[in-house]
Amino acid sequence: MSAKYGQIIKDGLWENNGVLCMLLGMCPTMAMTGTATNGFGMGLATAVVMAASNLMVAMFRNWVTHEVRIPVYILIVAANVTFVDLVMNAWMHELYKVLGLFIPLIVSNCLPLARLEAFAAKEPVLPSFLDGLFMGIGFTLALTAIGAVREIIGQGTLFADAALLLGPSFHFLESRVMPADWGILVLILPPGGFLIAGLMVVAKRLIDLASGKEIKMAGAHSV
Amino acid sequence: MSATIRPTWVHATILGTFCAGFGVMLAATDIATKEPIKDRALEDKMNSLAQVIPKTIHDNNPVIDAVTLKNEEGKDVVVYRAMKAGSVTGLAYEMDASGGYGGPIKLMLGITPDGKLLGVSVIAHKETPGLGDKIDPAKTDWISRFTGLSLGNPPVDKWKVKKDGGQFDQFSGATITPRAVVGGIRHGLEFFAANSSAMMEKK
Repeated sequence: MSAKYGQIIKDGLWENNGVLCMLLGMCPTMAMTGTATNGFGMGLATAVVMAASNLMVAMFRNWVTHEVRIPVYILIVAANVTFVDLVMNAWMHELYKVLGLFIPLIVSNCLPLARLEAFAAKEPVLPSFLDGLFMGIGFTLALTAIGAVREIIGQGTLFADAALLLGPSFHFLESRVMPADWGILVLILPPGGFLIAGLMVVAKRLIDLASGKEIKMAGAHSV
Repeated sequence: MSATIRPTWVHATILGTFCAGFGVMLAATDIATKEPIKDRALEDKMNSLAQVIPKTIHDNNPVIDAVTLKNEEGKDVVVYRAMKAGSVTGLAYEMDASGGYGGPIKLMLGITPDGKLLGVSVIAHKETPGLGDKIDPAKTDWISRFTGLSLGNPPVDKWKVKKDGGQFDQFSGATITPRAVVGGIRHGLEFFAANSSAMMEKK
């Protein structure tokens, strides 16, 4: 059993990574990776919703019929997103002011839906929860990495405004890598998202090839 | 994935039950969070008022001593009035700057009785993070350049971004957002010029 959990974690973080391998969730990946901080925030919010949605779908998996499963899954994701949105606005207002922008975008992400369909609909509650959590963390890592590259080349900083998201004690993360007038604008704009995401996918495959692994294609339906 | 074909009503009942269940859950969440969210919005308003009206110039609560006026489109504008010893020392009101990249940008303007800007703050916007959101005082101090200016200083035809022949810097990569903000502030000052007597007198 523990070997299986290990595989779930490895799949989520690297081998079947939502962005770098499955190429899912491209809408938030393009929209929110202008800076490393934004990518991190988007990833974090998505990870919470994915873990909760996977958990719920696994709980209800024996009651939902095949024919209506997609609307039920979308309902569960949308309800979770709205719930998180309202609760954060009421009781975590400082965080909401920063992250609030990202939360409704999670509904437009097809990565949660893919994991519900490919994993949580067939597996017990605990593995499903772990799958959602680690797919979400893998998503966070990929978005942060893409954001970091775009930010460094595009405007010369790294983790700008991290203190706004994580609290004043994280001021040390904010750094300027390039001179103040540095900036290759195209990387901040939408084309930069496509360019860097594409290069990251290439980089991941080269690393996998170098370590003698088979390249996984279209991994959305493998468990 | 069973091989038997179930009648439609089974699927309908399942889907309906889930909709009803999550509907109830969301309604409960909405009821539980309504008051706290309202409180947070009010706190935000007080905070943004404090940014455009210095505490030293008033001894009243501007949210209580507010008047409601109509702008030229007939929409209500709430004017918060800062008073010291009974006379008005500053005014603040919200202004929607239209033409932002992600919809209207909500600004709060603070103005002295003779029409000088005490300060401008951005209350809500949906501009692109990393580009247009540089208008946000938490990110850069771009917005502070308007403090002390008025409708005659600079002249009205210079109340534009540099790209349009005015005198205000846009920031690299974003012209649309600063253009909307500059336009919104000019608009707000014109609103003051048209309504200043009503803002001062009515009690």
